[in-house]
Amino acid sequence: MPTVGVKRDLLFKALGRSYTDEEFDELCFQFGLELDEITSEKELISKEQNDSKAAGASDVILYKIDVPANRYDLLCLEGLVRGLQVFKNKLEAPRYVRVSPVSGQPQKLIITKETAAVRPYAVAAVLRDITFTQERYDSFIELQEKLHQNICRKRSIVAIGTHDLDTTSGPFTYTAKPPSEICFQPLNQTKEFTATELMSLYRTDSHLKHYLHIIEDKPVYPVIYDSNGIVLSMPPIINGDHTKISLKTKNVFIECTATDLTKAKVVLDTLVTMFSQYSSQPNLKHVFISSSPHSESTETVAQLLTRMCLLSKLTGVGDQIEVEIPPTRSDIIHACDIVEDAAIAYGFNNITRTTPRSYTVATQFPLNKLTELLRQDVAAAGFTEVLTFALCSKEDVGDKLGKKISETGAAHISNPKTAEFQVARTTLLPGLLKTIAANKKMPLPLKLFEISDVVLKDKSKDSIFFPGRCAEIFVDGKSVGRLGVLHPNVVTRFELTMPCSALEMDIEPFL
Amino acid sequence: MADTGVVEALLLGLEKAEDGVDSLELSSSLGVEHQVVVGAVKSLQSVGEVISAEQRSSKHWQLTEEGVEISELGSHEARVFECIPVEGLLQSELMKLPFGKIGFTKAMSNKWIRVDKTSEGGPLIFRSVQTIVDQVREKLLNVLNGKDAELEEKEKSELKKRRLLSEVTVKSYWITKGSSFSTTITKQETELTPEMIVSGNWKDNKFKPYNFEAMGVPLDCGHLHPLMKVRTQFRQIFLEMGFTEMPTNNFIESSFWNFDSLFQPQQHPARDQHDTFFLSDPALTLDFPQDYLQRVKKVHTEGGFGSQGYKYEWKVEEAQKNILRTHTTAVSARMLYKLAQQKFTPVKYFSIDRVFRNETLDATHLAEFHQIEGVVADYDLTLGDLMGVLHQFFTKLGITKLRFKPAYNPYTEPSMEVFSYHEGLEKWVEVGNSGVFRPEMLLPMGLPEDVSVIAWGLSLERPTMIKYGINNIRELVGHKVNLQMVYDGPISSDGRGLPLFTA
Repeated sequence: MPTVGVKRDLLFKALGRSYTDEEFDELCFQFGLELDEITSEKELISKEQNDSKAAGASDVILYKIDVPANRYDLLCLEGLVRGLQVFKNKLEAPRYVRVSPVSGQPQKLIITKETAAVRPYAVAAVLRDITFTQERYDSFIELQEKLHQNICRKRSIVAIGTHDLDTTSGPFTYTAKPPSEICFQPLNQTKEFTATELMSLYRTDSHLKHYLHIIEDKPVYPVIYDSNGIVLSMPPIINGDHTKISLKTKNVFIECTATDLTKAKVVLDTLVTMFSQYSSQPNLKHVFISSSPHSESTETVAQLLTRMCLLSKLTGVGDQIEVEIPPTRSDIIHACDIVEDAAIAYGFNNITRTTPRSYTVATQFPLNKLTELLRQDVAAAGFTEVLTFALCSKEDVGDKLGKKISETGAAHISNPKTAEFQVARTTLLPGLLKTIAANKKMPLPLKLFEISDVVLKDKSKDSIFFPGRCAEIFVDGKSVGRLGVLHPNVVTRFELTMPCSALEMDIEPFL
Repeated sequence: MADTGVVEALLLGLEKAEDGVDSLELSSSLGVEHQVVVGAVKSLQSVGEVISAEQRSSKHWQLTEEGVEISELGSHEARVFECIPVEGLLQSELMKLPFGKIGFTKAMSNKWIRVDKTSEGGPLIFRSVQTIVDQVREKLLNVLNGKDAELEEKEKSELKKRRLLSEVTVKSYWITKGSSFSTTITKQETELTPEMIVSGNWKDNKFKPYNFEAMGVPLDCGHLHPLMKVRTQFRQIFLEMGFTEMPTNNFIESSFWNFDSLFQPQQHPARDQHDTFFLSDPALTLDFPQDYLQRVKKVHTEGGFGSQGYKYEWKVEEAQKNILRTHTTAVSARMLYKLAQQKFTPVKYFSIDRVFRNETLDATHLAEFHQIEGVVADYDLTLGDLMGVLHQFFTKLGITKLRFKPAYNPYTEPSMEVFSYHEGLEKWVEVGNSGVFRPEMLLPMGLPEDVSVIAWGLSLERPTMIKYGINNIRELVGHKVNLQMVYDGPISSDGRGLPLFTA
């Protein structure tokens, strides 16, 4: 779940009242958020680094709020406040409308075909007549960062660039060029660099080095120019210094380049709708028509939905409701999403509990039924049950048992974090022997058992037992397992010294 | 019993004594070794409160072996003196004697002898005094006779330096009368025997009381693993509610059934390398019901079935990738698909089995854990029905106070987190996750439009750890678990329910 950090007092100010921590926690519970942590910048630095580094940091109380992973409209203070205010009937559900510029034509972003090789899509918008304060500015930057980390999948799918429109002039061109041909002064630098030089420069930058791989090996890099050839940005790496935003910026040009057009639109919509409250009017999306899903009256349902920012009204035809989905709600893709919002507004805990009517007779899965019966009796015979890992190292099922790993028929993991997760176990034996090895201080005898799944690609022969002191088990002419004294080499490889005997059997033939 | 003579003597001595008896004194007055007295004390202690014995330690001076030799034969220097005749003794001859070397040096410093270096044949030793007093021997004899108090500390440490004396710590007992003191001992029996029962003479015997402070002998028996015991309980609950068990004996699953059929998009973070275990061998599954696969592809890319879809390019290569299943919901999907291929009847399914996550490991998270899942499919099921089923389920665990919170899962909408009230912590804690499966998952399978499927899940490890008071999951699961924990684990239910979350 993504986490948003907001200054508590700013939040309460925007909400129009203050809450105790418990009251706010309860509000979050009803709306579907989680108040994860109450802390301050100072505390955070103290925890991550140490107290001395935290010395000068802010004491201001921060709320860390977890928001659902599909709600990009709740990733900043502005969105949270809007959602909660409408939910509590303190604010009318906003409608977002696209507005033409007061004078002249709308801005244009021309996309050339060269971008198809590296980053095909782009969308853009302008936020006009905006007023930034330090807090709004910080929030704007923070939202971009959050979007980059979440839906943008660390800029690989979508990258955002924001620019001061008054420092530049359109129409803008989004194209792709070989790195040596791109040259500009990037943000926070004082001279110009080519793109090739920038790749080396940023290799040691703790923030930017993680994004270089997205375009590094491509023959052409994405770049956006204005009508005078000034570079606005080289997505997804860095913006140009020329068009950087400051507190004085009044008109913001936002561009999102991407490999997935749908996500680019969602990102753009989110940025625009969140900050449009600081200027004039923003954008609209499409409309859903659905039938009233509840036993509640249609009027009530329409009211409930409106409280969730889904402006609704009755169509007048039967019990149909027309629901307007704002651009902030990219998570609404089916009527069931609308139903959930109605239920949230109604309050989950206000819904009457009922019971499914149908009568069903249960059946046990035969393999599990047999396992349960066997477990009881094996324990009654004096054995202790263990529960070992299904993943293990190659040696555990190979070398240590005197086999070649290729002959074991084991399934291999391609991305193990450590050697302990290399393969899925083909036999339960290593797990039991490792348990004994970890319990050497326990009094003897140790009698252990486990009845559980192993993963096999095919059957294999064994070299696990001491020659002459082992046997294969046959039932009705079919081999079901083996038993015997373990070979001393096997015992030693598991760091044990006492003789061990073992039995391993497939119980499926008994079903 | 120890030497009864000593025991009796001890008791008699104790009777006469005003306050108590010291074991060392007693041993010397009885003329027996101290250990014999100690034995008698121990004997008496085992028959109840006859005596009370307090341990004491004191230091005593003792002669070393060499010291004993000197006390018998005299100090080296005295012996040197004794063996010098009137005409003198060659130094070389003297040195041949065992006590010669040390004795010579000492005798010289005592000025008992003198050396004539001028004589022919080598240095000659003569007595220089008429008689001597062998003080060293006298001192040692004093110590031997218990009169070591007569020696000054300086003298004692000197003798200790010469390794003739050593200081020993002696443990003794200060013995006093106990609450049931008596000079006669009645023998106490330890066990009731068949002979006593048959003959009837148990009536005349006194039995030694049990020591309830001691640990009993552990039974030689088998044990079931705590996690599996809790699993048995949950399994029982589901069966009592009429839920049929799903076949979950496949740890390896294709991405198709684990993610795509559940309407989880292909670029979702959960499908990442660092959240999911991918298989390198066998790497792919190629066998899918083709027409179903096409419907799944469509609902992801364009929508349909009332949905707008995710509008991205769905790739079959992603769906073919084999993984270690991240949830048993993959099995639920298979079962629902199978159900949809025939005439629909309402069903209730459950499973409790192992799942795998490639996440960061910590005290409460491992790569492998067990998921509990319940599914109900029926016509027109509502959120109210889901809450009703959850109440029935959790009531069987002894939990009756539940609250529901809006949540998000890619494959359910609405989704609810389930909370119960924890009396101990005095707050609401999450006990499970639930929801109604999305139409984008159910309709492509071919389930009728008016059929709704509700589901919920929780982990098996968490309630088990709470129940058994275990803080680190590694102490519960895996081969590094301490077997003593398994040996000691109590039963998982008290008969009225699993008091899992209130402990």
